[in-house]
Amino acid sequence: MRTVAVVGASLAGLSAARSLRKQGYDGRLVVIGDELHRPYDRPPLSKEFLAGTLGEADLSLETDDEDLRAEWLLGTRATGLDRTERAVRLADGREVRADGIVIATGAAARTLPGSEGLAGVHTLRTLDDARALRDELARGGRLVVIGGGFIGAEVASTAYTLGLDATVVEAAPTPLAGPLGARMGGIVSALHVDHGVRLLCGVEVKRLSGDERSEMGVPPDGVRGRVDAVLLEDGRSIPADIVVVGVGARPCVEWLDGSGVDLDNGVKCGPDGRTSLAGVVAVGDCANWYDPRAGAHRRVEHWTGARERPDAAIATLLAGGAVEPGVPRPPYFWSDQYGVKIQFAGHAAAADSVTIEAGAADDRDVLAVYRRAGVPVAVLGMNQPRLFTRWRKQLAAASS
Amino acid sequence: MMIPACRLVDLPRGEAHRLDIDPPVSVFHTEDGELFAIDDTCTHQDASLADGWLEGCEVECPLHASKFDLRTGAVDSPPAKLPVRTHEVVVEDGVIHVRLSAAAPNLPPCVAARLAGGSA
Ligand SMILES: Cc1cc2nc3c(=O)[nH]c(=O)nc-3n(C[C@H](O)[C@H](O)[C@H](O)COP(=O)(O)OP(=O)(O)OC[C@H]3O[C@@H](n4cnc5c(N)ncnc54)[C@H](O)[C@@H]3O)c2cc1C
Ligand code: FES
Repeated sequence: MRTVAVVGASLAGLSAARSLRKQGYDGRLVVIGDELHRPYDRPPLSKEFLAGTLGEADLSLETDDEDLRAEWLLGTRATGLDRTERAVRLADGREVRADGIVIATGAAARTLPGSEGLAGVHTLRTLDDARALRDELARGGRLVVIGGGFIGAEVASTAYTLGLDATVVEAAPTPLAGPLGARMGGIVSALHVDHGVRLLCGVEVKRLSGDERSEMGVPPDGVRGRVDAVLLEDGRSIPADIVVVGVGARPCVEWLDGSGVDLDNGVKCGPDGRTSLAGVVAVGDCANWYDPRAGAHRRVEHWTGARERPDAAIATLLAGGAVEPGVPRPPYFWSDQYGVKIQFAGHAAAADSVTIEAGAADDRDVLAVYRRAGVPVAVLGMNQPRLFTRWRKQLAAASS
Repeated sequence: MMIPACRLVDLPRGEAHRLDIDPPVSVFHTEDGELFAIDDTCTHQDASLADGWLEGCEVECPLHASKFDLRTGAVDSPPAKLPVRTHEVVVEDGVIHVRLSAAAPNLPPCVAARLAGGSA
């Protein structure tokens, strides 16, 4: 293999580049990313960076003395993959020919249809998003967060510490029921109410108000007024100076349309990251991996997966697919809300029972174990890092 | 400075013992029977490495999974970027002692700020 192109210059792309060098790849390495920034860390964007306690320099994922001997094409979008030429096409007309290709284009925040161009409305995925939101939060006012998922909850928690009046609107009856199940989702999302942040569940957003022209779409100049309220389907109107739309992310894979890479909720790939095209692997938030534990494909949008899984994908790429993948550790993620460290590993959906093994729900320091037919399949910790680690270890051992 | 930690028989293999000094230090007893002492606080954020996942000569931080080499203190990958301090371990009469390093610790920003604020 003489040239490897990594498309996407964030955690998964950087981890893949590091794995390549660590596993002895000595050839040309090209890293393509459409953001102008060097790889940076996203979790603080909704936490310490948004709160103003962590600066931009602290977000860097690279160390000062690191040299991956890579060519960095930053601020450059990939627009296509040509399977016959084995080339990545770039928006500026250039082309990078490569015999190995790593797809690491991650995910982008979903938006609310009809909110385009309305001032005061934010999504949060990139450093630029976080800068803009941080500056607005610093001015204070009433914040409405649409979506009670992890990012929405973290933004509400950070806004609370900054002294803003915050409301979270969630369409489902219980926030976080998808990743944590209804019971634990209820316990974790009660953190909002504990801190006087309003939580409205089971109600959909009808539209944002702020500009009468908004019903007629974006005016030709693209500039609209400023948001002043969130209108709900049940007729309520929630006054808002700032709105954060946290309704999930979609995989960035449009550029692969027609390339021959199998797409299905992201890039469909095997447990080792191999795609339907030889010499092409996928990693991180854009990859819909086959998870042997779950017996199904899962697109996992967690930091640890984007950091660890490239090791296996690169081994596959360098061996031409001739290695047997090991069973990956159960998916793991963390979230920090209102000073509580939330940790989760495994698959909640597989469980038929959840028991609290330590701590108390009311104290928000629980350690809960999810089981299926008596066998642990997932674990949740709130401020329980020690016990959580033990259970996470047990979970990994049980199913490897 | 030599500080007694605990008796060797009280620290099974695969376990860690935290000394509540400032900053805290932890002694790890590996599955192979080796003893190592390092600063207990992760260099990324306020996590106790004694709560972490010990495997071979490495401990994985319980929060965000950076791994530290117990022999050198080196960190393998982000989010942590700086090594932890290592300390010398001496066993005398069945008691584990730690000889504290004279180097400056690499404490995470939040903990360093708290310590600085506390002593001011
Ligand atoms: C605000 C926030 C908080 C989070 N907090 C946590 C947390 O507490 N715990 C946790 O486990 N996870 C958290 N996550 C998730 C975690 O950050 C992601 O799982 C991780 O960033 C995934 O890395 P990635 O490299 O796969 O994708 P991304 O980080 O999305 O990077 C993909 C990169 O590819 C670029 N790209 C996209 N399309 C193209 C193209 N066509 N050409 C070139 N470049 C392209 C993108 O611009 C981006 O830079 C958080 C995410 C966000 C946004
Ligand atoms: S606190 Fe240790 S890696 Fe983050």
